[in-house]
Amino acid sequence: MLDVKDIRKDFPMYSLHNNEYEAKPLHYLDNAATSFKPSVVINKINEYYNNYSANTKRSDYSLAYKIDQEFEEARKIVASFINANIDEVAFTSGATMSLNEIAYSLLYELKEGDEIILSYNEHASNVLPWYNIAKMKRCKIVFAPSDKKGVITPNNLSKVITKITKVVSLASVTNVLGVRQPIKELVKITHNNNALFVCDGAQEAPHHKIDVKDTNVDFLALSSHKMVGPTGVGLLYVKKEVQNKIWPFIYGGEMNSRFDSSLSVSLKEFPFSFEAGTQNIAGILGFAEACKYLNNIGLEEIEKHEKSLKTYAIKQLKEMKNIILYNDFNDSGIITFNVKDIHAQDVATYLSSNNVFIRSGNHCAKLLPEVLNVNSTCRASLYLYNDYSDIDALVSSLKKSGDFLDVYF
Amino acid sequence: MSTFDITNPVILREIIMDHYSNPRNKKEIDDPSFILVHMDSASCIDDIYIQVKIVNNIIKKIYWHGEGCAISTASTSIMSELVINKSVEEAKNIIHNFYNMLESKEFDHDLLDEAICFINVNRQPSRITCANISYRGLEKVFEKL
Ligand SMILES: Cc1ncc(COP(=O)(O)O)c(C=O)c1O
Repeated sequence: MLDVKDIRKDFPMYSLHNNEYEAKPLHYLDNAATSFKPSVVINKINEYYNNYSANTKRSDYSLAYKIDQEFEEARKIVASFINANIDEVAFTSGATMSLNEIAYSLLYELKEGDEIILSYNEHASNVLPWYNIAKMKRCKIVFAPSDKKGVITPNNLSKVITKITKVVSLASVTNVLGVRQPIKELVKITHNNNALFVCDGAQEAPHHKIDVKDTNVDFLALSSHKMVGPTGVGLLYVKKEVQNKIWPFIYGGEMNSRFDSSLSVSLKEFPFSFEAGTQNIAGILGFAEACKYLNNIGLEEIEKHEKSLKTYAIKQLKEMKNIILYNDFNDSGIITFNVKDIHAQDVATYLSSNNVFIRSGNHCAKLLPEVLNVNSTCRASLYLYNDYSDIDALVSSLKKSGDFLDVYF
Repeated sequence: MSTFDITNPVILREIIMDHYSNPRNKKEIDDPSFILVHMDSASCIDDIYIQVKIVNNIIKKIYWHGEGCAISTASTSIMSELVINKSVEEAKNIIHNFYNMLESKEFDHDLLDEAICFINVNRQPSRITCANISYRGLEKVFEKL
């Protein structure tokens, strides 16, 4: 187990919340939505604004030179975090933007009748951009069936993939049930069919070492804010070999080399062609700092820690007759459940009155009810700064959740 | 005067539980003479349809269906009983008073009757949208008149 007391010292949310504002301890269990930030990340952002505020790639003065160096150093750190080369990663505003950029970058590659394979487990950001592209290009959306545990097995992908499949786009870890997909095998099948594989890594990156060389995905999207980094920053990975298939979606300064009035434009190479306009410089530096922070603690340690907490939680929740568990079989840090006869939103509001913060709803995966047969669930999601006391607080509040209307009187 | 003690949380809670467990006027009908409104934008979960038949400016029938939490279910159920056989103007007045209650302003207790059980829902600010979903829906119905 990680030494959570020590780790919490790194996160101002704990020191401020527990001492100054709230008498009750904070039990934050919505890490799949977003994570707290350590001081090193916050300080890095401030350092940029305080010490070397200047734009990138524009000027020859020394102040601007310093930030250019920092910016490309950040790219190196973030690239190595997923074992990519530095010329394969572009910064975006988040996983949503990355997934949109991927979908729209394939606009010229896709043609009428082509198929795009998704799953029912996907987050809206890995469904709706494809719906839109499918409408624009008259492509067909096909859903790969998952097994009872939410896994897209290689066999199931093989059943739906065909010669006209152009793209397979799946989350490596799903956001409602925390299902880990067998990405490496799925990529192999995809490539055997000459299609491209897009990986939504938003829920995997904070907890598990991503290795794009090992899985051989063609595209990968992730968000900094779910992995102790700032909001408004994300990563777009495009494998070198497929960079000739994509075309930028957003145009502006610094992504082109020259253009003239005859409409001729020459673009820079990837990743610069995908970084139009002034970037979220402070956020990007903070993102790199977050990667360093996670590397120092170790993703394997973090994953082990979450696993122990989940096992501890599941053991107690299983003993409670009124709890329905939806994903006790997998070892992600996500616990998805319902309390019998109490609506998920009522459960979440009640837990909140005990400072236990979880998410209720359909978690932006609006297709999932088609397989899970419930419209909404409660989701508690763990991270490195959670400990047994958070689980105890969750369990003891759930035991009293029959009184959920108390909070309104 | 209300027929119950509005300062007694036990009674207020029973009203909510009663309407949550046995929602009134909850059914879906296929009749184009009803005005239909779908309320699903307030949060991820709210997904409530309201169907109202208005004849000569009077709410003759009101049905609703869909999925919601205890607060939105009970509140919609109570609202449906409050406004039936009322004129559009009377219903608008009820809506106005209900909003006032949620904002801790003055309101007419008699008009709101059982809906007074939501007097403290604003202790959970995130849930005000659940309590008023059907009232907002009814306003949308009136916009369609
Ligand atoms: C699986 C998955 N993909 C994509 C996203 C979108 O991330 P963002 O909102 O940071 O763009 C999320 C966030 O909830 C997610 O869980």
